[in-house]
Amino acid sequence: MTQLRNYEAQATDFGNPNWVALQTIVRTEIRRFTRIWVQTLIPPAITMTLYFIIFGSLIGQRIGSMNGFDYMAYIVPGLIMMSVITNAYANVSSSFFGAKFGKFIEEMLVSPISNQTILVGYIVGGVARALAVAVIVTGLSLFFTDLRVHNVFAVISIAVLTAVLFSILGLINGIYAKRFDDVSIVPTFVLTPLTYLGGVFFSIELLPSFWASIAQLNPILYVVNAFRFGILGVSDISLVWAYGILISLTLVSYMIALRLLQNGAGVRS
Amino acid sequence: MSTPALSIQQLSKIYDNGFVALKGIDLTVERGDFFALLGPNGAGKSTTIGILCSLVTKSSGDVSVMGFNIDRDFGMAKRHLGVVPQEFNFNQFEKVENILINTAGYHGIPRSEAIPRIHHYLKKLGLWDKRDVMSRALSGGMKRRLLIARALVHQPDLLILDEPTAGVDIELRRGMWDFLSEINQQGTTIILTTHYLEEAEALCRNVAIINHGEIIARSSIKDLLATLHTVTFVCDLEKPLSAVPVIDGYECTLTDALSLEVEVDRGQSLNAVFVALSANNVAVTSMRTKTNRLEELFVTLTSSKDAA
Repeated sequence: MTQLRNYEAQATDFGNPNWVALQTIVRTEIRRFTRIWVQTLIPPAITMTLYFIIFGSLIGQRIGSMNGFDYMAYIVPGLIMMSVITNAYANVSSSFFGAKFGKFIEEMLVSPISNQTILVGYIVGGVARALAVAVIVTGLSLFFTDLRVHNVFAVISIAVLTAVLFSILGLINGIYAKRFDDVSIVPTFVLTPLTYLGGVFFSIELLPSFWASIAQLNPILYVVNAFRFGILGVSDISLVWAYGILISLTLVSYMIALRLLQNGAGVRS
Repeated sequence: MSTPALSIQQLSKIYDNGFVALKGIDLTVERGDFFALLGPNGAGKSTTIGILCSLVTKSSGDVSVMGFNIDRDFGMAKRHLGVVPQEFNFNQFEKVENILINTAGYHGIPRSEAIPRIHHYLKKLGLWDKRDVMSRALSGGMKRRLLIARALVHQPDLLILDEPTAGVDIELRRGMWDFLSEINQQGTTIILTTHYLEEAEALCRNVAIINHGEIIARSSIKDLLATLHTVTFVCDLEKPLSAVPVIDGYECTLTDALSLEVEVDRGQSLNAVFVALSANNVAVTSMRTKTNRLEELFVTLTSSKDAA
């Protein structure tokens, strides 16, 4: 025991606790969604395959081209981003709420982990799942269309930034959630409608000018169009605006989430 | 003089609903102590522990663990503190060993360094064969031991146990007592809350009793027990009695025909009781104290405060 005590002293003196803690949270989060892959990785693959078949192949043939691309190629970037958004959000909101519900969030709260580390750990977990799903969906899309990348930087940066933003929003949802129902309310009543109206399936050029202006209040429109620019090289909105809004929203939501954790919202009495 | 293991000054907690859980308590626990924090349900024990491990936000006051203030030296204070909660607050869908590896990780202990230590505690607490089992499959006693192993994985200097033997069978409870005594002898300060007052009497050297958010007694267990003025003995009788025998200077109660309770004040002789009973042809086959001595004192202290 005495030997172990000395061993401990060395470990805490020379180690970087926050770095090890961050690795632990990330490893735990990744293990969680890969262990239940049937619930986390397979459903988006099936859903997106159905979208490709129904909207792309069947209906898309009748629609013809959009912004100079065949309809299937046009909707693929939006569908990939839809997967990124829903999976980043769902991963963090359900994982954080699950830890709260099972009370094992207390393992972290009683440990010398900074709130920043907890926040970053959950974000990385959400980004990992979102990108894993994005890779799967992208791979499936290759069976339906010839996908070429126009701008690699835009593709990667927008995908990662979007995953970060919606992971943070998922965490905020998880912090406030008191019941399991509370975790599904935002995805059902907010995210899904915003995603459908966010230019996944159409160009806002098709909308009357009034509705096109309203659509620009939807942050998902910027995400989808910026990512579409990365893949196809076309976008309904300015790329600078898209990055500006995405980065601003990410920073603001990060600060809000951090403040909530610092105040112990939803987890401390 | 070394800093105390735990220093609490003017700690108060008012919950959002207005309930005052702690009314500015002061408490010091010296290093190496085995300390009992006792009190009835709702007295403020769990709130105090919750504040120490930052699950509850204090309204005012100062708390230091091993000299590290929980507000200013958040990380160091937590590094020295291990908590065994009342409830099973580990991931029920995680394997036993992984729970301990994760906890070590949260404390900044790399996996390679944590594993030998985890194996040590798994063996020590009889969980070695269950290390690859999902925690939800453990028995209640095993879950309690897992909580203890988890609290010790970063080898804290101050270990707080909130009802650690609740629902644990006698044999296992004795084993846990031996283990806790062992780690206390090796230098870990232990604070224990329990409803089994014989547990506090057997293990702890010092005690504080908390009631309605205030510390109403704080001394060594020995000194506290010395303040006990009356002990009630239950005498099992050979033959049934129909009337209470009269013994001068002693209060007697017949709880049933074969059980006689006698209150004996400090300084009074038990011999006089037996002499008087013999004179009345009452034969006693066995005798025991009505309650544990600490329990008697606890009830006296908390009920007198309630009455006041």
